[in-house]
Amino acid sequence: MAGTAVFQRLTWLPATVADVVTETPRARTLLLAVPGWPGHRAGQHVDVRLTAPDGYQASRAYSLASAPGEGPALTVVRVEDGEVSPYLVDVASPGDRLEVRGPVGGYFVWEPAPPYRPVLLVGGGSGVVPLRAMLRHRARLGDTTPMRLLYSVRDPASVIYRDELVRQADLVTFHYTRTAPPDAPHAPGRIDRATLERTSRPAAEEPIAYVCGPTGFVEHVAALLLDLGYPAPAIRTERFG
Amino acid sequence: MGVVSRGFSGKHFHRPGPELAGRVPPGQYLASGFPVLTAGATQHVSTGQWSFTIRGGTTEARWTWDDLLALPAEEITTDIHCVTRWTKLDTHWTGVPLDTLLAAAGEVPEFALQISHGGYATNLPVSELTGGKAWLVYRYEGEPIAAEHGGPVRMLVPAHYLWKSAKWIRELWLSAEDRPGFWEQSGYHHFGDPWREQRYFND
Amino acid sequence: MTELDANSAAGPLTLLFGRDVTLAVGICAMCGTTGPLGETVMYGPAPGTVLRCPQCSNVLMTIVEAPDRLLATMPGLRLLSVPTGGTS
Repeated sequence: MAGTAVFQRLTWLPATVADVVTETPRARTLLLAVPGWPGHRAGQHVDVRLTAPDGYQASRAYSLASAPGEGPALTVVRVEDGEVSPYLVDVASPGDRLEVRGPVGGYFVWEPAPPYRPVLLVGGGSGVVPLRAMLRHRARLGDTTPMRLLYSVRDPASVIYRDELVRQADLVTFHYTRTAPPDAPHAPGRIDRATLERTSRPAAEEPIAYVCGPTGFVEHVAALLLDLGYPAPAIRTERFG
Repeated sequence: MGVVSRGFSGKHFHRPGPELAGRVPPGQYLASGFPVLTAGATQHVSTGQWSFTIRGGTTEARWTWDDLLALPAEEITTDIHCVTRWTKLDTHWTGVPLDTLLAAAGEVPEFALQISHGGYATNLPVSELTGGKAWLVYRYEGEPIAAEHGGPVRMLVPAHYLWKSAKWIRELWLSAEDRPGFWEQSGYHHFGDPWREQRYFND
Repeated sequence: MTELDANSAAGPLTLLFGRDVTLAVGICAMCGTTGPLGETVMYGPAPGTVLRCPQCSNVLMTIVEAPDRLLATMPGLRLLSVPTGGTS
């Protein structure tokens, strides 16, 4: 595990918004230019700090949406009444400046390294962001690790990275919780055992799962995976909210 | 100052103008919204489940939701100050002064610990809760208080940073000893006076 | 469920320990659940970062970032095992 036991000096680095991609009415991806960016691993985070002209500061942690080797990118979903996300989603434009501290985190990361195990990614809502970094990492490397993404999302209008994910239809399954499109193979609802079983490689192949989303979603999916025969250490989770 | 994010201000937080100099404590910014900060999961307590108990006085006293609503209420207009540096002016609350409730507890010792559903706690001297300085509130801006802001009933002690006003209040433990609450144990100040910027434990 | 800003304690943890400890394994003093810090439930970062046990919600660790210092407690950890990269 390179990087896990190495002394890490963490300081705030100035960043400039290089480009902005509108993902949904509530979500945007910000591509950042960060001089001195040390590079990151798929699944890591950064802390973002905003400073107002009068000195007020606020910070939040965000998953990196980009693959290792790409510049740091954040995908942010607007939280109504939030302090930081409304600025990042509605206001920040190319040329605007903020600060980042990171990358951080060595637990919820994926690398194509021994032992080569099939990977099941399960994301709920904005929990898809670090999983997208993993999918992109695999694609950029031309890696052949079996990998599937099961993306649980409220309705079709809330899908982040739509075009990119639709292009990888063989790797990506959408699961709608509130409103499904007419051609969806299932009625809207929570992810169930059968859906997970269809999406996952069989337990005999010793797959590993990365599950990211709101706490209730993660608990629900992790319990189903245990039931499918995943041993607990093969289920990596990241919860928010 | 280091890197400034253009356009991050005004909309949510801004520095008070000179006309508010005596009204906004040092180091605070004005908030237009009502940020939600929490050390744990939002508690969803129904009015039927809710009750409030004062322990540690010569008489143990308890009120249900109906009991609380039957007590004479006050309309409170006050400024609130969060230790994370936002201040909100002229907030309106409806509630019962702690004076009324503590009067039912008989003789009381010097210190109070507010205890909430979900395990949150915060401490203050009883003298900070009496004399029209603290209320159990159940309406905010004319509406029931939302769960994320501490409803159905929360404490309001506006002379202190807002972490001293427990959400989802359940009990008041009185004792001769000043026992730290959640944030006080985690490095924040025992008294939390915004005008003296008592943010961290040895400020 | 209300959706909040995505959260991670990795920043404050790295600041406190000087290296990544999301792989460090903790034991909850309340219920005995054993697992990496990366699996804990995080609230914050303001007024402070709170790490809770994913099973019983016990407060494992708090980290408050003051402008000039970090204030940290580990009230709910019975043990914290931090890998150093050495061989046993």
